[in-house]
Amino acid sequence: MKPPPFDYLAPSSLEEALDVLAEKGGEAKLLAGGQSLVPVLNFRLAQPALLVDLNRIAELDYIDVDEAGAVRIGAMTRQRALERDPRIAASAPLLAETMPLIAHPQIRNRGTIGGSLAHADPAGELPVAAVALDGEIVLRGRRGERTVAAADFFVGLMTTAMTEDEMLCELRLPATPKRTGWSFREIARRHGDYAHAGVAARMTLADDGTIARARLVYLSAGEVPLSATAATGVLDGGAPCEELFAEAASTARGEVDPSDDIHATAEFKKHLAEVLTRRALAAAWERARAAQR
Amino acid sequence: MSRHSVSTEVNGRLYEREVDARLLLSDFLRHELGLTGTHVGCEHGVCGACTVLLDGEPVRSCLIFAVQADGRKLATVEGLASSPDELHPLQQAFRDAHGLQCGFCTAGILMTMVPFLEENPAPTETQVREALSGNLCRCTGYQHIVDAVLLAAERRA
Repeated sequence: MKPPPFDYLAPSSLEEALDVLAEKGGEAKLLAGGQSLVPVLNFRLAQPALLVDLNRIAELDYIDVDEAGAVRIGAMTRQRALERDPRIAASAPLLAETMPLIAHPQIRNRGTIGGSLAHADPAGELPVAAVALDGEIVLRGRRGERTVAAADFFVGLMTTAMTEDEMLCELRLPATPKRTGWSFREIARRHGDYAHAGVAARMTLADDGTIARARLVYLSAGEVPLSATAATGVLDGGAPCEELFAEAASTARGEVDPSDDIHATAEFKKHLAEVLTRRALAAAWERARAAQR
Repeated sequence: MSRHSVSTEVNGRLYEREVDARLLLSDFLRHELGLTGTHVGCEHGVCGACTVLLDGEPVRSCLIFAVQADGRKLATVEGLASSPDELHPLQQAFRDAHGLQCGFCTAGILMTMVPFLEENPAPTETQVREALSGNLCRCTGYQHIVDAVLLAAERRA
């Protein structure tokens, strides 16, 4: 179908965009890559009076990595740019591993990191990766700037902590601790489709080889990216081995809360989550050990 | 509803039009410019039939508004071959390997795979299948499409 009529503005600076938001916040919708918003408009599931196109705001398109390895990514950075950037592969390898799982190249050429985070689809990979990486999201509005932990940013189904006069401007990722391994695993019917189940795993080893801190975050396991804290409680302080990973995976199976859909039952998705958790933990451990050497 | 002027280069030729903000790029190409080689399938970014190149990168033209193409360069299937009597090497490979039946999806697949082959001149079959995953074909079962892309890569080598 065709989108309903709307007015359109394409500000060329962040300041200009924030002015428009301050004035028209309630009736305006921000257009980033458009890979989720435009289908919603084409289906007429939303009828905003005004679209504010952010694609002309060059100052929101950047990747910065400091000497310590902390990463700052501008909201309008294309997913494809993150996929190809060697600094992301070096400093945020979990994010690099996530990118090819997101839809198809044609979508990633347009899709942005900020748009995907703001859209807050629980089936999306980027919200999961942002939480797993202890990311922080920078919001700006005419009333000022604030930073929200990714874990607190997603508050419900496609709902975030952002107010209507605020704009998501940046994702910050702290430097990866030493002896840290990672893995993003998902199972989809076809490469690039929405996954039945998926997990981002991270594991930091202590000097004695035990697990100092583990992170397990799931997609399509509830209304927001789901952190399996009982499962990571099993792992933290433990000596990594297949049996421990199996116990954590079985615990995680009890924490995820997927829904039935036409392709798979919730029970099957829980099974997939358990299997993927075991595999992701084994891969993360392998990488953490390699990083130790 | 706001109207906007759009000035965009398509296949090397400059076009200027006045459009409604809500006009999709796919409809702009087909109805405003008469470039009907770009096909429209699902209109929500799933089928890939409307894939065109925006500044050299494949994108879904049903998920971009025409006004967003102002000042940008587009390439569509009409611009692939160097003359009306010739086929682009990938088009020739599709013809030789029976890579199409009804042809509805073909333009989108060509516009996806031309830049793919530029970036991956010697792809594996798995890479070709993954690159094709964003384009639906309901006739061929994909086997001949994969064959055609691999044939084009082989001929380039």
